[in-house]
Amino acid sequence: MRVHSVESFGTHDGPGIRMVVFLQGCKLKCLYCHNPDTIDTHGGEDYAIESLVKRAVNMKSYFGEFGGVTVSGGEPLLQSKELIHFFQRLKEEGIHTNIDTNGRLLNHFVEELLDKYTDLVMLDIKHMREDGYQMITGMKNKETTFNFAKHREASGKPMWLRYVLIPGITNKPDLLHEMGEYFKDYKTIEKIEIQPYHTLGVHKWESLGWEYQLKDARENTAEEINDAVEILEQYFKEVKVN
Amino acid sequence: MEVKEFKNGVWTETIDVRNFVVNNVTPYYGDDQFLVGPSERTKKLWDVCLEASKEERQNNGVRSVDTETISGVSNFGPGYIDKENEVIVGLQTDELLKRAMKPFGGFKVVQKALEEHGLVPSDTVSELFTKYVKSHNDGVFSAYNEEIRRFRSLGLLTGLPDNYARGRIIGDYRRVALYGINKLIEAKKVDHNAITGPMTDAVIRLREEVIDQIKALKDMIEMGKKYNLDLSRPAENAREAVQWTYMGYLAAVKEQDGAAMSLGNVSSFLDIYIENDLAKGLITEVEAQEYIDQFVMKLRMVRHLRMGAYDEIFAGDPTWVTEAIGGMFADGRTKVTKTSFRFLNTLYNLGPSPEPNITILWSNNLPKNFKNYCSKVAIDTSSIQFENDDMMREMRGSDDYGIACCVSYQALGKQIQFFGARTNLAKTLLLAVNGGRCENTGTQMVEGIEPMEDEILDFDKVMANFKKAMKEVARVYNDSMNIIHYMHDKYYYEKAQMALIDTNPAINIAYGVAGLSIVADSLSAIKYAKVKPIRNEEGLTIDFEIEGDFPKYGNDDDRVDIFARNAVKDFNNELKALPVYKNAEPTMSVLTITSNVVYGKKTGATPDGRAKGVPFAPGANPMHGRDTHGAIASLNSVAKIDYCDSQDGISNTFSIVPKSLGATEGERIANLATTLDGYFSRNAQHLNVNVLNKETLLDAMENPEEYPQLTIRVSGYAVNFIRLTKEQQLEVITRSFHDSM
Repeated sequence: MRVHSVESFGTHDGPGIRMVVFLQGCKLKCLYCHNPDTIDTHGGEDYAIESLVKRAVNMKSYFGEFGGVTVSGGEPLLQSKELIHFFQRLKEEGIHTNIDTNGRLLNHFVEELLDKYTDLVMLDIKHMREDGYQMITGMKNKETTFNFAKHREASGKPMWLRYVLIPGITNKPDLLHEMGEYFKDYKTIEKIEIQPYHTLGVHKWESLGWEYQLKDARENTAEEINDAVEILEQYFKEVKVN
Repeated sequence: MEVKEFKNGVWTETIDVRNFVVNNVTPYYGDDQFLVGPSERTKKLWDVCLEASKEERQNNGVRSVDTETISGVSNFGPGYIDKENEVIVGLQTDELLKRAMKPFGGFKVVQKALEEHGLVPSDTVSELFTKYVKSHNDGVFSAYNEEIRRFRSLGLLTGLPDNYARGRIIGDYRRVALYGINKLIEAKKVDHNAITGPMTDAVIRLREEVIDQIKALKDMIEMGKKYNLDLSRPAENAREAVQWTYMGYLAAVKEQDGAAMSLGNVSSFLDIYIENDLAKGLITEVEAQEYIDQFVMKLRMVRHLRMGAYDEIFAGDPTWVTEAIGGMFADGRTKVTKTSFRFLNTLYNLGPSPEPNITILWSNNLPKNFKNYCSKVAIDTSSIQFENDDMMREMRGSDDYGIACCVSYQALGKQIQFFGARTNLAKTLLLAVNGGRCENTGTQMVEGIEPMEDEILDFDKVMANFKKAMKEVARVYNDSMNIIHYMHDKYYYEKAQMALIDTNPAINIAYGVAGLSIVADSLSAIKYAKVKPIRNEEGLTIDFEIEGDFPKYGNDDDRVDIFARNAVKDFNNELKALPVYKNAEPTMSVLTITSNVVYGKKTGATPDGRAKGVPFAPGANPMHGRDTHGAIASLNSVAKIDYCDSQDGISNTFSIVPKSLGATEGERIANLATTLDGYFSRNAQHLNVNVLNKETLLDAMENPEEYPQLTIRVSGYAVNFIRLTKEQQLEVITRSFHDSM
């Protein structure tokens, strides 16, 4: 697998304490991406799956009741064929598996990975409307993400939503209500995580020699975060600010 | 309260506090919701203490000293903080934070400490200790040979208890409350009669010691009378149980000034009395908490007279009033009681504090509510530490133990420990590449090691020499220990503490090592990279050039972690092969306190790339900044050191920024508890937990008066951050704070 980096004490990417494997490569180039160095599909380092399994097994005693392994990125589903093997091995070792994804891919590899070996999906909802989606990701067709959500719902296995809250862009009340309305009947959604926009990744854009696209955006005020939480709480079992 | 209200057992026939606790304790599985804040009286007292502590800091660290009275169990009149608000009374001297002279350890040290504050001992005391009385220090230096002095002055052995009390012994202070002193005297008299000939050295010595103990017990009764307390009888209610137990401890810290004067494991014992009074409606939760708050407040006010140089090894004026809380009984029940919570609650009621050194005996089977509360306290205060109860209970044999000093198991009332400071293992490794000579002075330290002339260090040769050096260093270390403890027994015997311990207890001799991570990384560099020694004209290696990369300890990499594990095993085996005074059983620790800084100063450049003079990592920690694979990998490396080879303890200090523990308070609590479960399930022994932002520490360096109670865990203990020297503060700040996201 092409791996960007491995974090051994992840506490912000899924439940409990997790080993987080950041995979290399993504087809999107989101304006606010805080890991832009994971975008290039030619970057990263080749890791043998078994070496990652071994690392996970060495950490297993710290995973406790809820923790496990999260693959993030980049976009992990670009390597779903390899992930099937990785997750299969993790399940053999009794380790909880989680994918942090934009949900843009849904082929038979992805379906096998999700249905058979993935305990939790964290699905990133970029924007509820096509124009917003294109503005943020540079790609068309938000429906692919929604189709992905439908597939997960049909499988009956757990899912979290993630939503980057950007003042003036994604925090508008009508957008939040729209998202709530769209997903409110989903039974597999355990919680939605609000990820307040931050500028911690800006220096990475600069060091890549890329121009940061969201220069004018600012971080949320506590009140703005609170307002968003209040709206989403009308629709979701649990709303968490990550 | 009559004794008959308690469930009887062996404890009614013989002195056996454990049996009393096992038969009468009420384990608690609930949460912290029952806890209450401090009483008005407690608040008033604590304000006085805070003010006095401030005066102490402003007065160069010492508020006042009595230069007339030689400290002892009943040598001072009563002292109070504010008598009408005190429900638990007793101070070491007749005034709050007034320090006392304890010259039996070493009179020169007392003189020096006084001189640093512009004081001198009274003429009478000076005359006594220069003309008539021999101290422990005098005794030791009569017996030390040239070799030991050389090892001591060049930094291979540091912090030896040869000029102050050795400490580490834990009296079973609960005995005062449970039995009353008259009964303890009777039992000691029976023991004395049973110690019969042939009159060998050991038998004669023991007979004399028991009579000293009986005298100390009588002194305790006198001390109690000064506070209008009748310690001759058992405690009759909860307040008395706390008071009596404290009086036992107070006797110890009036007589001795050991570096570490642990309290033991009193909380769940006291809980039995508190539960009883609560059930009878004699007190409410407010009084129950008040007793504990005021007890703990007194423990926080314990002081010893130290000279400035002491601060290099044990910075921040620590007293190691270590209280072990939690753990499990051998029968599978938890030892956690409501009073375990009440002790922890003092860190909120009185604010964070390094003392008492609260140590959680962590078991996988602890009640979940208690685990979570401990995690919360650690996150909020950075004042507590954790040790592996499951492993220690099983391997050491008792479920009734305290923690001596920082990290060391000690069965209460049944076992004692001879404190042995530590040796410098990194410097020992340098002997191996320098033909047995000190890398700084060229002095020949050990014989039988061939000088090395290789262009590139050869792993097998270095390893063979290192083993020879370890053997020799162990021999000298053992010699010094035997002399120290022989003389301590002779001139500064702990009669008050030993009076509260079985007459012929088991003894551990507690050796220690520093510089383990440097040894591991150095051996790894020699094996996996090319290490070229740079020698001066005398052929001494003064620096190293390293070509290529090598695995570093702290990344869960077996190739290097095995060097740390084996160095501990090998050195421990060398120590175990040597004869020990009083047939004590050798145990070893990987622990530094703050001496990692001074050890670094005394050690030249090392083959791992560490420059001359740079501080070591504390305890068994990986070297700063070299554990690059995250917190868990770092913990896993330390967990590989085998407790069998290091039964005195393996100290690890874990610092993490709050955000890295989780996004919400609930997550942070759960994640810390899970981390502890994970770490200890890998047979790790000890973990200090700091949950802090570096910025807080930097700000505290700039504005110390705004952080009077900022506490941080260092190897095996906690300190007031602002009482560290600037150098030590910087060392703490450069440590690895796990903050990668």
